Amino acid sequence: MTLLSVENLKKYYYSGVFNKKEIRAVDGVDIEIKSGRTLGLVGGSGCGKTTVARTILRLVEPTDGSIVFDGRDITKLRGREMKNLGREMQIIFQNPETSLNPRMKIYDAILEPLTIHKLCSADEENEKIHRLIEIVNLNKELLFRYPHELSGGQLQRVVIARILSLNPKFIVADEATSMLDPLVQAQILNLMKDLQEKLGISYLFISHDMDVVEWMSDEIAVMDKGKIVDWK
Amino acid sequence: MSLLKIQDLKVYFNARGKTVKANNGIDLEIRENEILGLIGETGCGKSILGRAIVGLLSDNVEIRGKIVYKNEDILDLSEDRLRKIRGKDIGIILQNPSAALNPVLSVGNQISEIYRYHENMGKKEARIRTAKMLEMVGIDPKRMHEYPHQFSGGMKQRVMIAMGLALNPGLLIADEPTKGLDPTTKDKIVDLICELVINRNMSLLLITHDLGVAEKMCDRVAVMYAGEIIEIATIENILSNPQHPYTQDLLNSRPKKGLKPTAGESPSLSSPPAGCKFHPRCRCVIGECPKTHPQMIETENGTSVRCFLYEDN
Amino acid sequence: MKKLNDIRNILKEAGNNRMAAIGGAIVILLVLIAILASLLSPHDPFEQKLENRLLNPCFEYPFGTDNLGRCIFSRLIFGTRYSLAIGVVVVGITASVGTTLGIVSGYSRGIIDETLMRIVDIVLAFPGIILALVIAGILGPSFLNVVIAISLTHWPAYTRLVRGITLSLREKEFIEGARALRASNIYIMRRHILPNCINPIIVLATLDIAHAIIFATGLSFLGLGIQPPTPEWGSMLKAGIPYFRISPHLTFFPGTAIMVTVMAFNFLGDGLRDMIDPKINEIILVSE
Repeated sequence: MTLLSVENLKKYYYSGVFNKKEIRAVDGVDIEIKSGRTLGLVGGSGCGKTTVARTILRLVEPTDGSIVFDGRDITKLRGREMKNLGREMQIIFQNPETSLNPRMKIYDAILEPLTIHKLCSADEENEKIHRLIEIVNLNKELLFRYPHELSGGQLQRVVIARILSLNPKFIVADEATSMLDPLVQAQILNLMKDLQEKLGISYLFISHDMDVVEWMSDEIAVMDKGKIVDWK
Repeated sequence: MSLLKIQDLKVYFNARGKTVKANNGIDLEIRENEILGLIGETGCGKSILGRAIVGLLSDNVEIRGKIVYKNEDILDLSEDRLRKIRGKDIGIILQNPSAALNPVLSVGNQISEIYRYHENMGKKEARIRTAKMLEMVGIDPKRMHEYPHQFSGGMKQRVMIAMGLALNPGLLIADEPTKGLDPTTKDKIVDLICELVINRNMSLLLITHDLGVAEKMCDRVAVMYAGEIIEIATIENILSNPQHPYTQDLLNSRPKKGLKPTAGESPSLSSPPAGCKFHPRCRCVIGECPKTHPQMIETENGTSVRCFLYEDN
Repeated sequence: MKKLNDIRNILKEAGNNRMAAIGGAIVILLVLIAILASLLSPHDPFEQKLENRLLNPCFEYPFGTDNLGRCIFSRLIFGTRYSLAIGVVVVGITASVGTTLGIVSGYSRGIIDETLMRIVDIVLAFPGIILALVIAGILGPSFLNVVIAISLTHWPAYTRLVRGITLSLREKEFIEGARALRASNIYIMRRHILPNCINPIIVLATLDIAHAIIFATGLSFLGLGIQPPTPEWGSMLKAGIPYFRISPHLTFFPGTAIMVTVMAFNFLGDGLRDMIDPKINEIILVSE
């Protein structure tokens, strides 16, 4: 079953005041991701892969094209519907050190999505958080620390725990392990794969490391200059 | 022949009331004309070792042991003499070129400054040398008047290489020279450093966490874990016959080997476990491991390893 | 526990930073003086004894008396209240208004940002004291009007500072992450951006208290601030000018009080900046 289908996605940026220059960051991309599967997206820096990710999540508004997620076009969603979309699709960023608010304790960071979406009452929160950190295998001693006291791998686990609290169907991993050490990268990638098996999550896995993408993905799209140039 | 010899180097400093043992008894030898890889994870103390060699650690750091370069112990040298050695005899390419380059000085100025300070060259001469250096690292010398922000990540790294090699040092220390670069650029930088180091008969200490880069460049590799070296071997031996369980795990964590995960986290340098520092994560713990700190042992094929599994040989 | 440790660390740092410690101690002392003014002052600050006019400092009147025979020491002690109150109230208003506008400006960008920043430019383009003079002149002299006049000229500094921080925070992944969680903009500004601006705001506010105090005394000195007989340092200074030759203590003591207070806040602010600014404080080593 197709979970996400992107058609003719375009994102143009304009620069300059008098001599308007058009930059085609994404120039007609078609993608399809099946439920419970992983699509790998590879390409050199500046090829537009990150823009694709952000446009799909509507962190950046597309210039043109349609994004059909779970049977509905999400490019026009507003208000309440848009907020609910947050529970279904999520993102893991490249740099774990800036992915969490430096002034928020880990406990509050994991709790945050639940509060925003009002998914949890005060007496349940403790139990829920402990269950989440168990899933991502994070030591509970870390709950009351600040992000700068954690290592990159631990932070990335926190990010995953936070996202999992919403039970998303689809997660974009934007270079999620490229800043981690090899052993930690292996841990995080295995965790992501386990979660996929258990929870049926679909991934858009973006990386510049072909070997990692091959290991992680069912299908691979290669991007260059805003277009998909090859499928594997 | 050995060019630089480190003996029982200890680097301790205080952070938040705890003693951080960043390097705890390092013995390492860099030979002439060799590329030695220093491999380890974030926070294992490898960059500190690189900085210690060029005397770039701040004053509140306690350093003990010996770092002998051409019969001189670097740790005994005066600040003046050290400044002369740094750059002229031992060059360093610092991590993160965006932070290491001065944003308000043109790239050319930053390189020619080296010549003017170390070799008392005039402006013109320094500029000619700078142009040559830039050309050598593959940057159009016309760009010497541009500023760091006008350069891409790979280009900045090339500038750093030019600065590290400017005075033709006998030993170059490269701290994560490929970090944050995309694969194509990474390959180019690797090729460039290899070519320059080999052509100039220099030695290179390559500090990296990237086994792939080490595989392409190094003759020998030292694996570091929690402030100490746990295995030293030729790159062939490391890849085909790793001895220490940590090294084996490191190799198995590569995508080609199926990204097999190792449980646990690297220990903090302020409170490492007793005995062998890897034992809490190790697959093959034996009775000794949690109790006694293992010594370096030489095995048959010339590999040195800090592990009790090889005690009998 | 963690908070307690933070405070302890800051105090420890303050011990290393002597200037900040001196500034902080004086500020605490001034606050105590302001609170305990009626206990500390030997005389009623308004009581006029014409037979004791222009007395030099003596045992009964430690700082002497003024032209109406009032005790300068007592008046200075009560004056602390006005100066500190103006400083705190003005900074309270300007910091909260300026910060809010700065966050909104930096976070929403576009037309709102443009408009706000042009208004900031206009206010900054006026020389502050002249703008305050005009405002105080129109509204008439009183404590409240002094506060309004200074506040209207002082908020842009916060807006500028906070907008800059907000612009750089906006690019950070955790803000994007919060947007992906579909948190509302107000939530993001309040929970994610504001807490990360607090430290620099505290530094600026401390320095600004000094600035507000000197501004207020300046207005009083020019006759547009708090009016006599209220014991305000600026107006005391002004009242002493005609007697400068014969009784310099009339001007010397209020002047010294202003100087010490302003310096104390400046020392404290500079010290706080050194302590808080991560760039200065960073241990290069730990960045490995």
